[in-house]
Amino acid sequence: MSKAKFLKGASRRSMLQQFGAAAIGISFAGGLSACGRGGGGSTVNFYNWDTYIGPTTLDDFREATGTTVNMSLFATNDELFARLRAGNPGYDVIVPSNEFVTRMSQAQMIQELDRSLIPNFANLAPEFQDAPFDPGRRYSVPYTWLTLGIAYRKSAMPANFVPDSWRYLFDSPQFTQRIAVLSESADLIRLCAKYKGISLNNIPDATLTEIEQMLIRQKPHIKAFHEDDGQDLLVAGEVDVVLEYCGDIAQVVSEHGDAEYGWVIPREGTLINQDCLCIPVGAPNVAGAHAFINYLLDAEAGQKIAEEIQYPTPNAAARALMPEEYKNNPIIFASPEVMAVSEYGAFEGDERARLYEEIFTRISAA
Amino acid sequence: MEQSWKQAKAAFAAIAAPPVLWLLLFFLIPIAVIWAYTFGENVGPVTIDFTGTFANYARALEPLYLGIFGKSIVVAGLTTVLCLIIGFPVALAIAFASPKMKAWLLLLIMLPFWTNLLIRTFALIAVLREQGYVNFALEWLWNNASGFMTLIGLAPLGEYEPLTLLYNNTAVVIGLVYVHLPFMVLPLYSALDRMDRSLMEASLDLGAGHLRTIWAVVVPLAAPGIASGVLITFIPALGAYLTPDLLGGTDSQMIANVIERQFKRANDWPFGAALSFLLMYLTFIAIAAQAFVQRKAERRG
Repeated sequence: MSKAKFLKGASRRSMLQQFGAAAIGISFAGGLSACGRGGGGSTVNFYNWDTYIGPTTLDDFREATGTTVNMSLFATNDELFARLRAGNPGYDVIVPSNEFVTRMSQAQMIQELDRSLIPNFANLAPEFQDAPFDPGRRYSVPYTWLTLGIAYRKSAMPANFVPDSWRYLFDSPQFTQRIAVLSESADLIRLCAKYKGISLNNIPDATLTEIEQMLIRQKPHIKAFHEDDGQDLLVAGEVDVVLEYCGDIAQVVSEHGDAEYGWVIPREGTLINQDCLCIPVGAPNVAGAHAFINYLLDAEAGQKIAEEIQYPTPNAAARALMPEEYKNNPIIFASPEVMAVSEYGAFEGDERARLYEEIFTRISAA
Repeated sequence: MEQSWKQAKAAFAAIAAPPVLWLLLFFLIPIAVIWAYTFGENVGPVTIDFTGTFANYARALEPLYLGIFGKSIVVAGLTTVLCLIIGFPVALAIAFASPKMKAWLLLLIMLPFWTNLLIRTFALIAVLREQGYVNFALEWLWNNASGFMTLIGLAPLGEYEPLTLLYNNTAVVIGLVYVHLPFMVLPLYSALDRMDRSLMEASLDLGAGHLRTIWAVVVPLAAPGIASGVLITFIPALGAYLTPDLLGGTDSQMIANVIERQFKRANDWPFGAALSFLLMYLTFIAIAAQAFVQRKAERRG
């Protein structure tokens, strides 16, 4: 009887309000503790992607220099941007992708690097020592680079068939309901532009309308929009062709063998991304940040990282130390012919991003 | 004995002050800031200018977004109706169980509720996918039926085709019902538990059958409980984000997914705030309707 009375007394509105207050209180406490951790002495706060570091890298750095690295994780560039948007909560080193390097440098959220404190810059392969999205490499140094391509289940393909065109994802009913693509609006639209044979930057409006119509027509054949877990969908048997990043598929193939799963970058070319190390404005330990970035560009440290994460490395010295299966792995390092027709995606302003998002909303709602 | 707060104002103020302050500081003020954003404009990548413009609301009321609102309302409504149909018998069963069983049954309903929403949704994925438990069970039944048919001389059934239970709107509704069932059962149970049993006995004595008693006597008496259960299921289901994201297919987008994209990739906080507040105004209307039903029931009861 008393239990019933208690339930009767708490009204829905106050219960909802209390849930909301508790949620906000908990997230605020988390934010405060993050602030308290940074600053002063020998710590460096590192904001990184998940599973994007070697198993002993941070400990090795501490042994070499005495500086402790506190690593926190984020899942998408948008999360990184949203975290730093209202001011730096105490991070020293962050890892944005190429487009976000441009965006954050324009928004004055990252500071220029002092190259004299990063002598290991010379370890980088010549093609990575400059970048179209960061002329002169003033704000960033490359950490890894990655390509998008099609991963497929060999047993579901017709004999000797390789889906080497974006058509099989975006414009063909051949693999109906066995396709998964990334839910990133910009990536989808840019790859469709590549399929149509034009540059993925500065897409004209008429082409955007064509791309929207094409994706709306293709939508019944696409099973799911995945959020970077396409390789799990492929392995679980949900789909047969999936749009994914090279490193994820390299891991799948090394686990399951290449008899079952294949990877191809379509002949029309693809989007190249580069994850870069930057120092946000307001970093509490700028000297430590430079030292840590320099350490990550060291040949041996780079080798251990590449061994663990299996993504292509821009560090020529680290690549030289890697075993043959890595250096000659066609999944990890795309062929020169494909690289010749592939491009980096440029940041084209917030208005463009909003336009792409609205296109994606229309495609999803159609 | 209940005491009106007017009789002990100092004690009431002392106890009420900390939670009210907390609510004010961490709930009302941030919500007020977001409400101010709805009248703002983006200038530059990180700054918002408060210009008192209604452009964000105008854009949020475009047919594209109204359509998504409508679809979210339909999905949330379907979820609520299913929760009601499943939850009412469950609440009845718990309310009329022996006191010892009552505690255990309530615990059974609430236990999944204490598990993280993300983990429960992933568990549903493991159950519903093509290599999931539902398909395993059906495949086993299919193969046994096939074996049985060869035994009695008929042609065996063909290869088992797994059911596609995931990445479509059905999966989203299943997921939403699974997640929101405790929200429906608990207020219903509370209303049924404090219902006067003698009225039911009187109805049965006067010759009405059991089903008729439930329809004509129990349901109207439990109406406030039903109203609050419906409200507390409908509103979270309307704003559901995780379930359509993880379980849904290419056209399972709900309004919360659109709002999330405005705050993240599109970097358009005023517009995201306007969409969120349209959702909130809908919520206020629903709460007002529920309060109206409650007051009517109290006046009658």
